[in-house]
Amino acid sequence: MRVLLPLPVAVPLIGMAASLLAFRHRRAQRAISSVALVITLLASIAILVNVTRVGTAATNLGGWPADISIVLVADRLAALMLLLGVAMTSLVLVFAFGQGGTDEASPFYHPAYLALAAGISLAFLSGDLFNLFVAFELLLMASYVLVTLEGNDEQIRSGTTYVVLNIIESVLLLSAVGFIFAATGTVSMAELASRLAELPEGLRVGLNLLLLLAFGMKAAVFPLFFWLPDSYPTAPSPVAAIFAGLLTKIGVYAMIRTETLLFPGGQQTLLLVIAGFTMIVGVLGAIAQADMKRIISFHIISQIGYMVMGLAIGGPAALAATVFYMLHHIPTKTSLFLVEGIIERRTGTSNLDRVSGLLHRSGPFALLFLIPALSLAGIPPFSGFVGKFALVTAGFEAKQWAIVGVSLLASLLTLVSMTKIWVGAFWGKVEPAVPVGQPVGILRSNKLMSAATIAVVGSSVCIAVFAGPLYSFCESAARELVDPSAYVRAVFGR
Amino acid sequence: MSLALSILTGLLFASGLYLMTHRSLTRIIIGFGLLGNGVNLLLLITGGPPGEAPILGRTGELADSLPQALILTSIVIGFALVSFMLALAWRSWTIDGSDDVEDDVEDRRVARAVRRAESDRPRDEDLESMDPPSPRQSTS
Repeated sequence: MRVLLPLPVAVPLIGMAASLLAFRHRRAQRAISSVALVITLLASIAILVNVTRVGTAATNLGGWPADISIVLVADRLAALMLLLGVAMTSLVLVFAFGQGGTDEASPFYHPAYLALAAGISLAFLSGDLFNLFVAFELLLMASYVLVTLEGNDEQIRSGTTYVVLNIIESVLLLSAVGFIFAATGTVSMAELASRLAELPEGLRVGLNLLLLLAFGMKAAVFPLFFWLPDSYPTAPSPVAAIFAGLLTKIGVYAMIRTETLLFPGGQQTLLLVIAGFTMIVGVLGAIAQADMKRIISFHIISQIGYMVMGLAIGGPAALAATVFYMLHHIPTKTSLFLVEGIIERRTGTSNLDRVSGLLHRSGPFALLFLIPALSLAGIPPFSGFVGKFALVTAGFEAKQWAIVGVSLLASLLTLVSMTKIWVGAFWGKVEPAVPVGQPVGILRSNKLMSAATIAVVGSSVCIAVFAGPLYSFCESAARELVDPSAYVRAVFGR
Repeated sequence: MSLALSILTGLLFASGLYLMTHRSLTRIIIGFGLLGNGVNLLLLITGGPPGEAPILGRTGELADSLPQALILTSIVIGFALVSFMLALAWRSWTIDGSDDVEDDVEDRRVARAVRRAESDRPRDEDLESMDPPSPRQSTS
């Protein structure tokens, strides 16, 4: 594991450097990105297999002792998220190859994309708080570049808001790390797990809230979500797909670590309230919109509410449900953005008032939208149903009736707004009219884009098909979260 | 020494945050510069009392070297962020001659459409203005 664990971070970074050297040689840049991500994918598969077989693994970079070196840790949750993250970045890269377009043609696209991949891997594997901050900065910096790559009016306008808000979030996170270091004398998460418990109650709550504020902004939970529906829709579709699928989920992942490892059971009531409001406000925002990209952007917020709900209820059953929900959400959300990307590519717009009749152009393509849409709303037999069912069951067991009611209402409203896209874009007359000489079908027109989308939708279906074994994996991941002794032992080697 | 530094940190935070509440991107950048230095000072204070340079083999009261490593990293990150924001401000200025951070345009359109829908049906030119063709869509 000593060699294996740093690979998902190191390989994309080396790829980024090589990609910058191959400036303006688009073919070389594409080859470098593909090779780097394939190696990263293989390494993450190996890490997941290893962690499942042997248990939590940790490695000290540079061979320094654990208390002064940078530590990378992979437990079941980290390894699972890592594999999903790398798989999604790889598939979306294929989609971007197919789309071509002005964004991928920019000489900075591939270096920024690889930096984003490295940041995502580092965020999942990082074993100390400061390193987590660095990982956030790495992926945020790459995301700033990707969001404003075309430099047009719209992108600069929404990109500015995105950058400024994320900078405030970074300052908050860094101050929180500083305060925690001042209070405990360490930034290693494994050591903090025991040291934070010795602090006086008031100080602990303060530190906990400061961290939650910083991570909550990243995860786009209720009062801090306003930047998301503004900035994601202006990004190019493949970039928006990665942001939607992964970046907010990294915030949720950091919240899970905070609430299980650092401050176990700290702020349950607060989190429950946040979860309820996040679900409802997100989905109500979605209902008001007329643009497909904005509708599915608002749905990200509402879905984050479900993950926070499991975290707020606490205990192994609810945490397992949260982990499964994240597992389901990442490919589902990514595929919705990819489908939207194909629609925008073929019709030139994502406004529901202008697109209609897609069902008559291509039935299989409509299916590609229908599967993730129904899955997101929680209709059986898709993966969203399993996740929501597990969450609701955990809520009943914990006797949290209010949040269960809110979550059921929110999924009904999700279905309503998905129906809005379906009725608006897929039914009715074919509009805008297909120019003479152009094929009517959608999937065959760009095989790479279609193949990537089918693969992502396929992985979402696979999660539903193999829900049993995957759910038992999530349960053992949740048991590790509830009892962090294995995590601490792996880091300190005792 | 720590008291003076703490007060200075507070001042930097306050003035930095005040500047960041403005709409002009230039002020936000200056605000972030102050705020970033405030955080760096904060990290320095967390290192505890001053001491000898922490070099292997030295004895006596050694300073904690970890905060210094953290500050170095955060200075580098802050530098990158400021350069990126300056580029953004410049680009924003070349596009429309101002560096103001604007509201969510689409959000205001939705709100306007809802208000209109209450009085009567949205007219065609409103729908026209709801989806301006971006350069990307026309070239791809």
